[in-house]
Amino acid sequence: MSEKSLEVSGLAYAYPDGNQALYGVNLSINQGERVALLGPNGAGKTTLVLHLNGIIPTMQGQVRVAGKLVDSKNAESIKSVRHKVGVVFQDPDDQLFMPTVGQDVAFGPYNSGLRGIELEKAVTEALELVGMSEFIDRPPHHLSFGQRRRVAVATVLAMKPEILVMDEPSSNLDPAARRELAEIITSLDVTLLMVTHDLPFAYELCQRAVILSAGVVAADDEISSVLANKQLLNAHRLELPKGFNL
Amino acid sequence: MAALLFILVAVATPITNIAAYIAYFSLIWLALITAKIPPLTVIKRSLIEIPFVAFALLMPFFGQGERVDFLGLSLYQEGINAGAGIIAKATLGVLSAILLSATTTAREILRGLEILRLPSTLVQIATFMLRYLNVVTDEMERMSVARASRGFDAKGIRHWRVLANSAGALFIRSYERGERVHLAMLSRGYGGELPKEEREEVLPQQIALGLALPLLALTSLLISILI
Repeated sequence: MSEKSLEVSGLAYAYPDGNQALYGVNLSINQGERVALLGPNGAGKTTLVLHLNGIIPTMQGQVRVAGKLVDSKNAESIKSVRHKVGVVFQDPDDQLFMPTVGQDVAFGPYNSGLRGIELEKAVTEALELVGMSEFIDRPPHHLSFGQRRRVAVATVLAMKPEILVMDEPSSNLDPAARRELAEIITSLDVTLLMVTHDLPFAYELCQRAVILSAGVVAADDEISSVLANKQLLNAHRLELPKGFNL
Repeated sequence: MAALLFILVAVATPITNIAAYIAYFSLIWLALITAKIPPLTVIKRSLIEIPFVAFALLMPFFGQGERVDFLGLSLYQEGINAGAGIIAKATLGVLSAILLSATTTAREILRGLEILRLPSTLVQIATFMLRYLNVVTDEMERMSVARASRGFDAKGIRHWRVLANSAGALFIRSYERGERVHLAMLSRGYGGELPKEEREEVLPQQIALGLALPLLALTSLLISILI
């Protein structure tokens, strides 16, 4: 098939206190694919995500983004990988740290060297994609939670990432905001890795599902067959909501 | 900047020079009126000064030397001077701070500080404080609601322990949030500086206007000394 956006091989990691989080993770994602990363709490999902853009230095194993190795000792490589992997964190208040929405969206592209008109263009385009253009001069704390989440997505889209990584995108959203976000994600033309517990949300948006459990990949298949396998889900503390049928 | 200069001039004036103080007060009120700030706002915001006033009112009762009899109370002349000085100077300081904060948004003040070459780290810290102040107060409120809904009512010294624990928890939560924010910043290629906005040209007239207040105060001081 097409090119690989992300390739993780044999990734293992232990926290400085000796707590091992990842025991050899293998994962590869093709360009344009939408993949759900499922798994119980404490499975190492967030640790994996932080490896993808070099926040946590790789101890053992390899991470390749668009064919390029993430070399945590090389500042240049780290810098370029952070512009290719866009991470949307769980709490939008962590993500939105600038005084206004517009300044916040400009933060990423500014760091990659855009200035003036180009910078403005990147900001307006990204805000348009998430339907938040009219909020450009508002401070983030005046927005609703759903709106903040959308702006958080825009801050990352403004960097035109190779792959978009979202940590629990549907958490704390009301049903309408959740649907709006799903519509936005569907309309985007990016490779997506979505960390979530919200199985129906994942089913709606992703073709493929990966279950990460106890630091290893326990399943990696089409999402319909992963979610249909009740035994597999139960073994990893996952379940579909009651009354939900594929 | 001009506000700071004005405060400096005011603080440097001896309290016995009453004419100069009258001039200062009329100047600052003139500025407040031209800036079209409603007097009620000014008065409300001035309330912050009350603790200092209370302290200043106590001053005449302590001191040495010359005594003055006033309404049957025996007061110290030195204390009266010091107390009056505190009240007058604090009021002037508060009024000029109100003038600054009512005419300039916090963001503009920060940008101004950056243009004045305040170290960028300090400006960044202030920027984040501005952004996260209400995130943290919200969190504090949620914690107090959580305490209250489990029947907690802070009445006396016995409850300080609980409040101290809450304060500690809040501190740790804020610290952890700080770490997460830093991760989010790194993820978007943070390299030690925040984006600068394109600067508007500052016109010479604006600078002159800004300096008018402190300069007028200085001239009135000089005039009152010469007279």
